[in-house]
Amino acid sequence: MSEQRKYDFKKQHYAGEEGRLIPLLQRAQETDGYITRERITEIHRDCGIPVAQIYGVATFYAQFRLHPVGKNLIKVCHGTACHVSGANAITEAIEKTLGICNGETTPDKLFTIETVSCLGCCSLAPVIMINNDTHGNLTEKEVKKVLKQHQRAAIGEVQ
Amino acid sequence: MKVLVGLGTCGIAAGAEKTYQALQAKAAAAGLPVEIDKTGCIGMCYREPLVEVRADDGSRVQYGNLTADKVERLLDEHVAQGKPIEDWMVWSDDGRGNERAYFTRQTRIVLRNCGKINPESIDDYLAIGGYQALNQVLQANEPEALIASIIDSGLRGRGGAGFPTGMKWRFTRLAAGDHKYIICNADEGDPGAFMDRSVLESDPHSVLEGMAIAGFAIGAGQGYIYVRAEYPKAIERLNIAIAQAEAKHLLGDGIWGTGFSFHVKLKEGAGAFVCGEETALMASIEGKRGMPRVRPPFPATKGLWECPTSINNVETFANIPWIITNGPKAYSSLGTANSKGTKVFAMAGKIKRGGLVEVPMGISIKEVVFDVCGGIKNDKKFKAVQMGGPSGGCIPAELQNTTIDYESITKTGAIMGSGGLVVMDETTCMVDVARFFLEFTQRESCGKCTFCRVGTKRMLEVLTRICEGKGKDGDIELLEQLATLVRSTSLCGLGQSAPNPVLTTIKYFRSEYEAHITNKKCPAHNCKPLLTYTILDSCIGCLMCAKVCPTKAITGELKKVHVLDQTKCTHCGECHKACRVDAIAVD
Repeated sequence: MSEQRKYDFKKQHYAGEEGRLIPLLQRAQETDGYITRERITEIHRDCGIPVAQIYGVATFYAQFRLHPVGKNLIKVCHGTACHVSGANAITEAIEKTLGICNGETTPDKLFTIETVSCLGCCSLAPVIMINNDTHGNLTEKEVKKVLKQHQRAAIGEVQ
Repeated sequence: MKVLVGLGTCGIAAGAEKTYQALQAKAAAAGLPVEIDKTGCIGMCYREPLVEVRADDGSRVQYGNLTADKVERLLDEHVAQGKPIEDWMVWSDDGRGNERAYFTRQTRIVLRNCGKINPESIDDYLAIGGYQALNQVLQANEPEALIASIIDSGLRGRGGAGFPTGMKWRFTRLAAGDHKYIICNADEGDPGAFMDRSVLESDPHSVLEGMAIAGFAIGAGQGYIYVRAEYPKAIERLNIAIAQAEAKHLLGDGIWGTGFSFHVKLKEGAGAFVCGEETALMASIEGKRGMPRVRPPFPATKGLWECPTSINNVETFANIPWIITNGPKAYSSLGTANSKGTKVFAMAGKIKRGGLVEVPMGISIKEVVFDVCGGIKNDKKFKAVQMGGPSGGCIPAELQNTTIDYESITKTGAIMGSGGLVVMDETTCMVDVARFFLEFTQRESCGKCTFCRVGTKRMLEVLTRICEGKGKDGDIELLEQLATLVRSTSLCGLGQSAPNPVLTTIKYFRSEYEAHITNKKCPAHNCKPLLTYTILDSCIGCLMCAKVCPTKAITGELKKVHVLDQTKCTHCGECHKACRVDAIAVD
């Protein structure tokens, strides 16, 4: 994304449109990976929305993060179907493999685990999503295999 | 000849993209005269990736589990030599295929185009009569008569509450105001429901057409689709569909050459379950925190930006063009006295054939679970179905003859809901299920009403302690009391219905609660702190369990029966998983 577009939220996106705050925050998160303090100030300056209101909206919705995440975001589905099909065991297996707890990021900043309510692939339960790839019908063994693949790929990229 | 690959989210997760690419590459390499195209979800999620071979005369053969490695044989035998592969066939329109039963009991109205057309091609939709229903109502130019025919069809809102759609339109039409809005609620937040996602991914134009018809009926020029951000594929296809329809003047200004204008904008949700509630949804579109407000005034008189607004669900809109084309009588001839037409269910959980099914109202739960979906996975014992997500309840196996219509389902304590139907077997602990749903509603409570905010928290604490074996006498009664209070003092549907999963499980599975509280046992062997592991005499003494035990509770020598020290055991279950000869019993 070009510098120009990054810093010109108001003009590039949803200018003058009512209800623009949520789309603005979504684009901000897309650009920066999370909602930064600077971006909140910038939206306030450009649109005149009070900082408290921006913060209020950003903390209300589950999608918005106020802290950076790892390079690979692992979303573990905990919908009803996944829950009855053993989503807890899958989460535990991921936590064990990566050595971090749910919601945390690995020290090398490569992985973050996040639980989500439902990814909508219930017939493939249990399901996880790594970045934009969905993996279904998982077992503890299988999920470890998937993670190993991603770990290798991530380490390869770093080197 | 045409080969179609089902590229919905389920299909892609199962590897359909790879199948699609392999088909394109291999068909081109072999120089076969075949068109490779994409389509949406046909609903057989349990058999993904799905591939259909459609002959020039239109006859169709569907293959299941068609992974990329099977592409070569498919192209060689069916496409090149014209010999369908019987073993892989799940369904064909001349009555072959081993999974035909999945479709024979279904009546497909909402899903009529799903898995048949390319959702990214407006020409495909136009070729099967798409946007003709909109044309028909615009030419007739009688919005009152249009609303009357929707009332006659008996269509009720498919989002869950079941309010008659035509009545909602009439109220919005009659409301005073220059600006009016149509909103399509695609914030499918119920965990376990995915029918709206499938419809949007597989047939977005039907929804857009339904919205435009609704816009004409109430006199709105602007529509919004509020769709979950968790559905990237649906958003992508909706954007494509809106652009295509605008380019052909089927949306935008001067639709079908008339003076009618209708614009559609997509609004991405940001992950808040409460935004499925209509007043919270509107607040979210306005860029605010998604908190519900008091009704009345209802959205029909004061909705989005204080203007009259009609909010309908994805499935409701997908029904509309069909009702216009086929007439309200064709629709009302299906179903029961008060619940007309069909309902789409997202079948998931411990079921053999999980996926999307559309059945006429009035069919029984048993028929859906066993006849359509093939019964319980691994032939375990059927225990309950959960309907309506966190606002719904669990219907036990004893009530499996209950017919599916709004009134009968409500009588059980559950609700029809948006259509998530999660099947549970003997290994599902009902106390844990109640705890799971309450954890969800507690987390998703917006915090406006005290009883919803604090009451659900207290209920969750009680349920958690029951699951941990720390339940006390009187806990069930305490839950019931709190449930009544939360229900009666919450403003919106989230709080009012949050106690449903708890109340229905207490009603039908009280003995399970009692086993947890009094005997400190989990009959379904699900709640870990309540499980006792014992080493049986059949132990071969391999030391595997001792190796994995994190607290060194297991001791023993090679080739001798090991000993488990219960005082050190943390009930983690690792020994049970590690044992190769099933010599560790769980109770």
